[in-house]
Amino acid sequence: MTNDTTNQDLAPEDAVAPRAGHGASVAPSGAKPILEVDQLRMYFPVKSPGLFRRTVGQVQAVDGVSFQVAEATSLGLVGESGCGKSTTGRLITRLYKPTAGAIRFEGQDIAQAKASELKPLRREIQMIFQDPYTSLNPRQTVGSIVGAPLAIHKTLPKDKILPRVQELLEIVGLNPEHYNRYPHEFSGGQRQRIGIARALTLQPKLLVADEPVSALDVSIQAQVINLLQDIQNEFGVAFLFIAHDLAIVRHFCPEIAVMYLGKIVEIGDRDSIYKNAHHPYTQALLSAVPDVKQAATGARIERIRLQGDVPSPIDPPSGCRFRTRCPIAQEICARHEPPLLQIGRRHKVACHFPGRLGQAPREPLTAGLLGVDAVGRPDPGASPSPDLVEQPGYADTWFDLDNKSIGRA
Amino acid sequence: MSTTSPSILPTTDPASEALLSVRDLHVHFPTQDGLVKAVNGLTFDLERGKTLGIVGESGSGKSVSSMAIMGLHRGTNAKLSGEIVLDGVNLLDISAEEMRKKRGREVSMIFQDPLSAMHPYYTVGNQIAEAYRVHHDVSRKVAKQRAVEMLDRVGIPNPDKRVNDYPHQFSGGMRQRAMIAMGLINDPNLLIADEPTTALDVTVQAQILDLLQDLQREFNSAVIIITHDLGVVAEMADDVLVMYAGRAVEYGPCKEILTHPEMPYTWGLLSSVPDLTGDTDARLIPIPGNPPSLLNPPSGCAFHPRCPHREKVPGDLCRTELPMLVPGQRGPMHTKRCHLPNADAIYAAEVLPVIAPDLAEEL
Repeated sequence: MTNDTTNQDLAPEDAVAPRAGHGASVAPSGAKPILEVDQLRMYFPVKSPGLFRRTVGQVQAVDGVSFQVAEATSLGLVGESGCGKSTTGRLITRLYKPTAGAIRFEGQDIAQAKASELKPLRREIQMIFQDPYTSLNPRQTVGSIVGAPLAIHKTLPKDKILPRVQELLEIVGLNPEHYNRYPHEFSGGQRQRIGIARALTLQPKLLVADEPVSALDVSIQAQVINLLQDIQNEFGVAFLFIAHDLAIVRHFCPEIAVMYLGKIVEIGDRDSIYKNAHHPYTQALLSAVPDVKQAATGARIERIRLQGDVPSPIDPPSGCRFRTRCPIAQEICARHEPPLLQIGRRHKVACHFPGRLGQAPREPLTAGLLGVDAVGRPDPGASPSPDLVEQPGYADTWFDLDNKSIGRA
Repeated sequence: MSTTSPSILPTTDPASEALLSVRDLHVHFPTQDGLVKAVNGLTFDLERGKTLGIVGESGSGKSVSSMAIMGLHRGTNAKLSGEIVLDGVNLLDISAEEMRKKRGREVSMIFQDPLSAMHPYYTVGNQIAEAYRVHHDVSRKVAKQRAVEMLDRVGIPNPDKRVNDYPHQFSGGMRQRAMIAMGLINDPNLLIADEPTTALDVTVQAQILDLLQDLQREFNSAVIIITHDLGVVAEMADDVLVMYAGRAVEYGPCKEILTHPEMPYTWGLLSSVPDLTGDTDARLIPIPGNPPSLLNPPSGCAFHPRCPHREKVPGDLCRTELPMLVPGQRGPMHTKRCHLPNADAIYAAEVLPVIAPDLAEEL
């Protein structure tokens, strides 16, 4: 297939980690980051009603998020609605212009790029939308929807567009003869395949998938997930996979970031998050997932009941944003925001009391680093640690919580 | 077409015990393109204090059958036949006025999307109090007091203030709590929850499921929970009814269905969902194809075009003959609609090792 060869030309071969038959589940090791997000912020202004529409507040949708996506792997973004995960996706595709921070795609900062600079970038970063019913123009045929990127970017002469569209339809498992049908003639799962074909048209290096399966029936979800994995294996596309379904994210992404109210509270590889979660919010999220096998066999783990709802991002709680619902919050949590601390080779957590479920430490581990005492008042004897600035990637040294020492790679 | 008869029902004596007993329910919609057979011969029973989970994809007829129980097809061109007996009264025989008196009082419903199910122009308290005043001859003040009590019961903070809020001032989880308060204010015997948590986040979903279970225990109501999420069913339901293309394809006690399913569609549902402990190198096994059109459903077993085990049935039976809903090998409580002769063995040998290797070793 032609696009297979072109894609190999694009990707430097040494950078791609050897992949098993099932690419998405392989943890990235040494693959270089294709996307680096550094202290990204997006504040939406809240305007007062009336003639003058003064700005009366700000929705802090994304507030200082840093992460990396390595080539040909997937990073999962999970969190409840309103936590800023979709906004993050839209910032990376530059559908929004960020308030502050950097988005480095292949080393180039695109956070403040102008529209003319963005056009070539659109070939590299594409998006798959959640709702296949509203994200396709009902008045255009599938052929013109999928072929539009080729026409806009003038990558192919007009007479070559149709063969390429048919090839793409075949890749996503649709009948290539159906290029002249309209979206309403397809079922939900097929429409999502059309959306995926459109995103693949320009052979992007990064796909932002915003809840790509949550609008689909259960039996169709698995078809689409398998298709996305096949695409990743064949073309080496990196994914930023945004979803609220923890089981699907675990299945698809070797690396996961958990967001709460515009911040990453825990980020790490699959096992660190799902087997070794150290943040009380991650633990609560995991325990809230209804699980067929656990319930059927009676081995149900006790559910952590979180009280109340997510606070408003217009006026987030002081200090740690999760403290209003946190079962282990103490005084220091209201005074200081916990830094995102690296506690494993590929595991960072933002909590003053990080620990496995039921084993949270009594004293805040972060007090010394922040230069405060156990309840968060300034400690004259201590000085804040200078290296608390969040890095997008992982450092070679970390705080080993089990051995109370510094771990090294 | 009578595909079910009372002799093969899970519950032994439906008339004496069951609060709700649905017998051979058909719901058909005549349309310009032909007759849409949304529900085709559905039969089940539900006792007081028990929960029935109805599982199926969109278009399998699960919502349409629950709307039939609520009497919401009255005044449309839907054709209903069969029996829906609630507390000894056939709801399909009574007049619209009699049904109106039962609706909300004896049977009430929680809808999937609480934002569109509530009126944006009236306060939450107003709408809850209205549900009470329709069935009780009380003053506005008393009804509002009752609404505050109910909001407090479903866990809304500051209920005496929030009662005057409009639906848009509530968050998604609080709106669903208000819907539950509205559904339970008249202490109904039967509560139908149509995808009550699909629009909610996992932590809020857990709160709502806990709340529903607590309230069910307190009010001793029967609950029908309609969902596509087998995890929700596993936590909530006593009995499970799996629907496909308007028919029940498997029906039995919840644990039994989830541990020993005998119908390939149920296997497909179980294998296509990843779980939190499974092997991530394993591929998901989707059900091939798409749900069938109800205008022109496949002949024989409606699932046969998507069924990977069709070859194991001799003589093309799946394509030509509709299987009956009959007890499988695991006793009279567990019925299935499938021609496969040794379904339990096939499940243990072929399906379980793929979807849950650790469970397969234990058996």
